[in-house]
Amino acid sequence: MTMLHNVNKSPFERNALEACMSLAKKGSKILLTEDAVIGAMDNTAVADTIKGAMNDFSFYVLGPDLQARGLDEGKLISGFTVVGYDGFVDLVAETDNVQSWV
Amino acid sequence: MAEPWEEEEGPVKKFMFVNRKAPYGTVYALESLEVVLISAAFDQDVTLVFTDDGVLQLKKGQSTDGIGMKNFSPTYRALEGYDVEKLFVDKESLDARGLTEDDLLVDVQVVSKAELADLMDEQEVVMSF
Repeated sequence: MTMLHNVNKSPFERNALEACMSLAKKGSKILLTEDAVIGAMDNTAVADTIKGAMNDFSFYVLGPDLQARGLDEGKLISGFTVVGYDGFVDLVAETDNVQSWV
Repeated sequence: MAEPWEEEEGPVKKFMFVNRKAPYGTVYALESLEVVLISAAFDQDVTLVFTDDGVLQLKKGQSTDGIGMKNFSPTYRALEGYDVEKLFVDKESLDARGLTEDDLLVDVQVVSKAELADLMDEQEVVMSF
């Protein structure tokens, strides 16, 4: 089973991403959308936590949500894959199940 | 002849708007801006604070075509025209998000939590968004 975890809350405001990472199985895919996309940026107070989980999960971030917030794709944590809405759909289609950490 | 509401100047209070949410994920940032503009229209003494994820509201280069929402960030640059010129940004919150004053789209004063606490203490009305 591969699960796609969709996190849409800022890691600075809620612990959704932290909770997700503590319960997701190795090999899971984690997609950051909406206010969660700040979590994909390097040199933040949460970057080290995510870097520490890079070997366990595949991380994705929704490009349109980065652009809306003026966040530079060139300053992401290394290893993040930027996807559009089409890529979001592909992720949903290719995984067995989706969990949204609302 | 002056309209009735123009004859007398109403009371002016010190209003502070504390912005703590990222834009677009929730409606708080936009709603705050609306109330700030209303307060300015009533010639109030307005101070804006951006702390926690609220600092993201002022990030340069916002482009919302991809999410189908209105990009309201240019409005922050128009605040000066409404005599809203007291904008304070929490340094600690910028640092935590890997941002600096250069990343922001308006001129602000970057301050410490202690300075924010003093500013907050001086207000007559504080509204949090």
